[in-house]
Amino acid sequence: MSGMILTIALGYAQIALALAGCLVGTRILRGPRAQDRVLALDSLYVSVMLLFLVTGMQLGTAFFFEAAMVISIMGFVSSVALAKFLFRGEVIE
Amino acid sequence: MSPLDSIPLFLAIPVAFFVFLGATLTLIGALGFARLNSFYDRLHAPTLATSWGTASVMIASSLMFSFIDGRAIIHEFVIGACIILTTPVTLMMLGRAALMRDRAERSDALPEEMHIRPRPQDPPAQT
Amino acid sequence: MSRLFPHPVLAVSLIFMWLMLTRFSLGYLILGTVLSLVAGWAYSALHSARPRIRRWSTIPRLGVTLFLDIIRSNIATTRLLLTEGRNGRQSAFIQIPLTVTNANALAVLSIIVTATPGTAWVEYQTDTGILIVHIFDGAEAEHYHEVISNIYEPMLMEIFE
Repeated sequence: MSGMILTIALGYAQIALALAGCLVGTRILRGPRAQDRVLALDSLYVSVMLLFLVTGMQLGTAFFFEAAMVISIMGFVSSVALAKFLFRGEVIE
Repeated sequence: MSPLDSIPLFLAIPVAFFVFLGATLTLIGALGFARLNSFYDRLHAPTLATSWGTASVMIASSLMFSFIDGRAIIHEFVIGACIILTTPVTLMMLGRAALMRDRAERSDALPEEMHIRPRPQDPPAQT
Repeated sequence: MSRLFPHPVLAVSLIFMWLMLTRFSLGYLILGTVLSLVAGWAYSALHSARPRIRRWSTIPRLGVTLFLDIIRSNIATTRLLLTEGRNGRQSAFIQIPLTVTNANALAVLSIIVTATPGTAWVEYQTDTGILIVHIFDGAEAEHYHEVISNIYEPMLMEIFE
């Protein structure tokens, strides 16, 4: 019973998060200007990070946790660098 | 299949609820992100995923792994805090960058009064 | 003491984070303490001014207010996004004059404003003290104006100034 509830909920979450990643991905391709693409990349990082965590829960392993943490940290650094580039035209002042 | 079946029902229901809530909020945020028309509107869509979307998946993951390992696992909250504290920084910088670029191009995405940055004192004119 | 621990809050939270990421044992505690000391020295070499917190007792009240606010605006923003195109929503830029000038208080305020769905920090002018916030639902302009200048700003001034 509890296995069934969790299987359904985690399966739904995987589909929903993958769909969210695809929707955000269309914005990366379409996004009329550079700031739209950077914003979309940042939310793609968050969606994929959540997808990794949910997959780790479904498989019952903690290995996906490290990957999720690396994604969240690298996502922040890269998004800030890109935002800084949009702001000034150079990353390091 | 085995790790999921070993979880008792009283824990499975909150875990399933939080996973469902987090995934749904992230999906709604992404849907809004794809549908909204202006950049400044789209700036609000990811905060849905990064506030309660992330937090509830973290709570669910922490509950489940705490039961499986038999000790309190709270390292999920490090990612949670990282996402919740760092995404605002990114969004704020992107918002400022977009405002600056729109001003420089006199884009019509901005209302008229936003094009002028008010200055309290103008430098004295060169004679 | 203050040369050994230039940033006590930073050091304690780093030790806490280290123990959260590993598992609690004496070895990890010692290693985490050494790492947090090194990180504290490195940080004080980069940024020597220590944020001064005047009143710790206001911080829990700020946290609870923020938590409730985030839940409320999550619900509001979700409803608006689901009925997008039919509800006649108009987004707007609002200008809020701020009296708080402390850099740390402004940093916390910017994270609060941006982390709450429905409001986004766009620009703050240090010379005039005017904050420009983009709000998702233009009909709520009065509400956000009041929340920022009557609830969060006094609390942050109490904490930092």
